[in-house]
Amino acid sequence: MHQLTLAEIARGLADKSFSSEELTQSLLGRIKQLDPQLNSFISVTEERALDQARAADARRAAGETGPLLGAPIAHKDLFCTQGVRTSCGSKMLDNFTAPYDATVVSKLADAGMVTLGKTNMDEFAMGSANESSHYGPVKNPWNLEHVPGGSSGGSAAAVAARLLPVATGTDTGGSIRQPAALTNLTGLKPTYGRVSRWGMIAYASSLDQGGPMARTAEDCALLLQGMAGFDTKDSTCIDEPVPDYSANLNAPLQGLRIGLPKEYFGAGLDSRIADLVHASVKELEQLGAVVKQISLPNMQHAIPAYYVIAPAEASSNLSRFDGVRFGYRCEDPKDLTDLYKRSRGEGFGVEVQRRIMVGAYALSAGYYDAYYLQAQKIRRLIKNDFMAAFEDVDLILGPTTPNPAWKLGAKSNDPVSAYLEDVYTITANLAGLPGLSMPAGFVDGLPVGVQLLAPYFQEGRLLNVAHRYQQVTDWHTRAPTGF
Amino acid sequence: MALQRSDVEKIAHLARLGLNEGELPRITDALNSILGLVDQMQAVDTSGIEPLAHPLEASQRLRPDQVTESNQRDAYQAIAPSTENGLYLVPKVIE
Repeated sequence: MHQLTLAEIARGLADKSFSSEELTQSLLGRIKQLDPQLNSFISVTEERALDQARAADARRAAGETGPLLGAPIAHKDLFCTQGVRTSCGSKMLDNFTAPYDATVVSKLADAGMVTLGKTNMDEFAMGSANESSHYGPVKNPWNLEHVPGGSSGGSAAAVAARLLPVATGTDTGGSIRQPAALTNLTGLKPTYGRVSRWGMIAYASSLDQGGPMARTAEDCALLLQGMAGFDTKDSTCIDEPVPDYSANLNAPLQGLRIGLPKEYFGAGLDSRIADLVHASVKELEQLGAVVKQISLPNMQHAIPAYYVIAPAEASSNLSRFDGVRFGYRCEDPKDLTDLYKRSRGEGFGVEVQRRIMVGAYALSAGYYDAYYLQAQKIRRLIKNDFMAAFEDVDLILGPTTPNPAWKLGAKSNDPVSAYLEDVYTITANLAGLPGLSMPAGFVDGLPVGVQLLAPYFQEGRLLNVAHRYQQVTDWHTRAPTGF
Repeated sequence: MALQRSDVEKIAHLARLGLNEGELPRITDALNSILGLVDQMQAVDTSGIEPLAHPLEASQRLRPDQVTESNQRDAYQAIAPSTENGLYLVPKVIE
């Protein structure tokens, strides 16, 4: 039962091959048996899941239908889930039981999804390896000595190991697409504002976006359908109609113009990954796509700009963790300043502290123009590059990451070397564009992802291309040994 | 210009982060390495370019000034470290 995709589960529940309760029992057993090897869950919500499954079965017996009704999911542990610990991977929120549901959580619960638990992540979503979690690192099911990527590493490892069919992730600089690439999944970061951020614990508010992680593009379409839409509670959410993402999955690719940016194939890219990316381009050409060389000349400035904007916004967002209203408080504070300093010094891990300090410095008097304002100007240059490119092409294609999954610990003492792994994903966040990573082969037994980027609100196009690719390739069906 | 230990102490104070003395050299090195990466930005010519804050350049939405939330003080204070009579408790601020 664990091999089933979300689409197959929807069919099985609809034709009564199994009940949601049977499926939920089976997957909970699998999580109990296999997750100790992976550490992909922070909390498993067994009782709640079984209650939700029985309720979904009752709704179906009463005549209700829907592809998500009774289907299992897990949420990255930064989506507030009422009555459940929502830790954000941090000691700071280890004792935090969310008093309300994130919009994404309530929408999917209303559609009848069964929440099996909350997945592990880099602390406050700051990382590319899932090694900064207070709850310990997550292992990559393809090789337990390697990282699964991050920051949505728990969601990625759990879905890749067939502990469940789909999970939510969030992507601030690549945190859905990069772990999807490193674990052989399909992951989609929607257009900024497509999915509500309400109840999603903020890292960098102008970049954060929630999205689906699954084994197929078809499943991403089903899950995105349940997540997307306008929400008055999120002031940056965009009021734009949500199309039927499953309707055009099979649309022909004849004449589709795909741009290959030369900057994505330069120094730093593992040549074996470059070969696999070019092989995927050949497949798409056989499906009718036309390929063009393009240039995104400001791409090289994206990482420096990101590492000002994201820490600056983080230093502001994370000021709410003060030891007063919720979360961790230090023992025996001497005075209010001591309460703040020790609660934050003891409650935040090293990487979070580093980013808060970089942000505080960049925003401090005398440095604002040189750092934050300059970064936002570069952000516009990057957006302008994309707008110019999309005059000539419908989609942009390249590698998702320059390297396959690295060994646990290999980059943990050198933050900058880990930052450079996000070189291909960060630009989509700065420009607010939708991006998808899909499986495209293996290097030394480790998965490789291809990234597709589209103009604003063209998630459907990304899913269509990935789905057609997945009809003629079988990379996405490969499962890691032992799972 | 590289950050000195005293700069890092000042930034940590601004961010209300209590750091261990022993960690300061390592943190100073890490911050300098991150700022070294960030400083590559300074070479980019951005004259005449407007900063971009919201990727789709949406403006802040307004709504009628009406009460839309019910009072959930008890639920929100149930998860606070220390409260009394509906108030958050902190160490004495004024002698």
